[in-house]
Amino acid sequence: MATTHTRSAARLMMAPSVILLFAWMIVPLAMTIYFSLLRYNLLMPGTEEFAGIMNYQFFLTDPAFFDALSNTLILVGGVLAITIIGGIAFALLLDQPIFGQGIVRILVIAPFFVMPTVSALVWKNMFMNPVNGLFGWLARAMGFQPIDFLASVPLLSVIIIVSWQWLPFATLIMLTALQSLDEEQKEAAEMDGAGFVSRFIYIVLPHMARAITVVILIETIFLLSVFAEILVTTNGGPGTQSTNLTYLVYAQALLQFDIGGASAGGIVAVVLANIVAIFLVRLIGKNLEG
Amino acid sequence: MGSITLRNVSKVFGEAKVIPSIDLDINDGEFVVFVGPSGCGKSTLLRLIAGLEDVSGGDIIIDGQNATDAAPAKRGLAMVFQSYALYPHMSVRSNIAFPLKMAGIDKAEIDRKVADAARVLNLTDYLERKPRQLSGGQRQRVAIGRAIVRQPSAFLFDEPLSNLDAALRVNMRLEISELHQQLKTTMIYVTHDQVEAMTMADKIVVLNRGNIEQVGSPLDLYRKPANLFVAGFIGSPRMNLITGAYAEAKGGKTVGIRPEHIGLSKDAGTWEGTVTVAEHLGSDTFMHVDVPGVGLLAARAGGEFGVRHGDRVYLTPDESKLHRFDDKGLAL
Amino acid sequence: MARKVSTQRKLVMSAIAWTLGIVIFFPILWTFLTSFKTEGEAVATPPSLFFFHWTTENYAEVQSRSDYFLHFMNSVTISLGSTILGLLIAIPAAWAMAFAPTKRTKDVLMWMLSTKMMPPVGALIPIYLLFRDGGLLDTRIGLVSVLTLINLPIIVWMLYTYFKEIPGEILEAARMDGASLAKEIIYVLTPMAVPGIASTLLLNVILAWNEAFWTLNLTTSNAAPLTAFIASYSSPEGLFYAKLSAASTMAIAPILILGWFSQKQLVRGLTFGAVK
Repeated sequence: MATTHTRSAARLMMAPSVILLFAWMIVPLAMTIYFSLLRYNLLMPGTEEFAGIMNYQFFLTDPAFFDALSNTLILVGGVLAITIIGGIAFALLLDQPIFGQGIVRILVIAPFFVMPTVSALVWKNMFMNPVNGLFGWLARAMGFQPIDFLASVPLLSVIIIVSWQWLPFATLIMLTALQSLDEEQKEAAEMDGAGFVSRFIYIVLPHMARAITVVILIETIFLLSVFAEILVTTNGGPGTQSTNLTYLVYAQALLQFDIGGASAGGIVAVVLANIVAIFLVRLIGKNLEG
Repeated sequence: MGSITLRNVSKVFGEAKVIPSIDLDINDGEFVVFVGPSGCGKSTLLRLIAGLEDVSGGDIIIDGQNATDAAPAKRGLAMVFQSYALYPHMSVRSNIAFPLKMAGIDKAEIDRKVADAARVLNLTDYLERKPRQLSGGQRQRVAIGRAIVRQPSAFLFDEPLSNLDAALRVNMRLEISELHQQLKTTMIYVTHDQVEAMTMADKIVVLNRGNIEQVGSPLDLYRKPANLFVAGFIGSPRMNLITGAYAEAKGGKTVGIRPEHIGLSKDAGTWEGTVTVAEHLGSDTFMHVDVPGVGLLAARAGGEFGVRHGDRVYLTPDESKLHRFDDKGLAL
Repeated sequence: MARKVSTQRKLVMSAIAWTLGIVIFFPILWTFLTSFKTEGEAVATPPSLFFFHWTTENYAEVQSRSDYFLHFMNSVTISLGSTILGLLIAIPAAWAMAFAPTKRTKDVLMWMLSTKMMPPVGALIPIYLLFRDGGLLDTRIGLVSVLTLINLPIIVWMLYTYFKEIPGEILEAARMDGASLAKEIIYVLTPMAVPGIASTLLLNVILAWNEAFWTLNLTTSNAAPLTAFIASYSSPEGLFYAKLSAASTMAIAPILILGWFSQKQLVRGLTFGAVK
């Protein structure tokens, strides 16, 4: 198969993808690093000057940064916890013999295809709005004071919305993994006297390890950059209560026009994402080998 | 024409010397079988001849032309793959026509050749089907058809029967042999099954760890194995190999005797032993007999030879059919 | 193996699964139903599930007030354009990696995946400024190129996992049969790869359709796809529930239907072939 002729052709065929992706990775990154070392505000054109690490000092000591950092971690962790546990539970349920399994599957998967701005707006207005939202009506109908979700528990509200979007994804992947588990293996375990719980712990869960790893990897990639859901619901507020790193950098750049400061924030976000990514690539590399 | 000569051909994958160095002459019209255990380099050797792998050293000469650096398609060879490698999206007709289409032959000519091949291979009724609608044997025939239409100077078969069930394998074996009789084209056939090698070959090349152990006609190899490896590999059930006092008495480090060359009796003979397993095949009875001082021997008797586990039998080797080997394992 | 299950158990399980399924699906159903209500009915207490005066006036109003079709066409252009462009770039690369792998192929694939992990905010500022200076802000072509690049790793990965499943022997057979590289690709590889390419296309259209970071930041009106169009309902029009619902339904319906068809490929594609 591998003759010298095909090998050089292969290199030529890979070149466009590799070069484009390399450029996409390196050019903006280099520019962002450069901007992060400048005093650069779009409202004051022509005043750019070298500022050293000043932007980093400001960004890293800004209390908003710590809020954003912890909000990011809570958001990612919270959604991961909800979707993985929920996903496994749903998958186990859907793997049972039930009537109309295909239709239930379609119902459960649907939210994944809803664009983030739509799901955020629908939840915000039609469910979480204390006056006209369904939750408000439900609360009143049961005699409670309705909660103003976005004002009093903004981060939790965002977590709920994002989890609703990602639960289907986790469920679908867990279900696919579950269905590829050899039925005879389960039966063998049953013959060996394993009950439902031990079967789950010793047979099912190890079999799903790979799927769980993949869900963590993919969701983390996307969840670190949650943006639209925050933009159309809370705008990061009240205060910075629902601002994550992505939103913070956006606000600094396109709302306050502070290019230098925002670039420093962008670099911090890249560094943090890389720390997570290195960890994840190791994890997934190990799990995907076989 | 279809003579192929390998001169000092070697193949190295990274650190691994898959084929150290091989010289081999294949004459026009011969049916040559490369046989050996898995990993012996027989498929690699075939792929080197086909041009699907580059040689690391040496020359491949096809019909007097040095083809070492020629592209696969320029070598005038056709190959039948283990998985058949049919194009799944094409009908049987298009599959068979593909090499002709690639050669730029005109439509009418292609149709005629495809029809001919289909007739020879009993595929006429299946020409419009897709490969997935065919049985294993039919797919095999399509693969052969695709090879035939090119009128290659030689056919290369890479374990073509290993995906078929036992009964079909026997049939296809016959069909390929008949095809060879008809076409009289050179065929190189790779298999790990020594029965296929014995039944089909004009010339068998026994390979082991990338080296040729012996080249010869099936009966040559059966009668005069050059070494212990060939002795053990050719023949079914395997030859009994005996070491120790008996071997030394017969003038070798090891002596070999085939199961079919051992006489059996319930009354008297050279060795006395106990039957551990008796396999009754109807036409034959294969026995494993434990002989104290000699070892476990396989022996063949007629189908009516009624013995069971634990019975006492006497064995007498036909000493004119003894094979003697020296301490390096070479035949004496 | 078909196992023996009591009907009673199956009924109970079905009831639980259906209930949860409907709860998960409810926001979409509710949006759909609300889109056919009048604004008054949309906020009526108690809310009515099915018994209201069905009307389609919201749809007409959304179209006339904010030119839904312009944004719909933007979404179509951007998602299809970026996916097709991405496929054109990725097919040769995936082909090479699947059929002429070297020791470094795995590393290249992992590296491509890692570019996907770079948070978009890291690139937002330079891209925004480059777009502003190059006149690409709020243009379809600008968005097409950005979305092509961000989805390229996923396209390469998906194609790679599909191509890997095409047996190498078939391509060798084509070479023995005298096909040149170009003919090998046209007559043998492409027809066999079409199902995989189609799934990749489907999934990437969905991803690009729903992409909501770059589309929100790089467009304002002319090139705004549906994601940005809906975001403009954030306030105060968002309080007109019926119209919000009509706009939302129109934004998600096409992709929801495509998505339901692509469930199987979705798992494979998004998990880079790790879960099938």
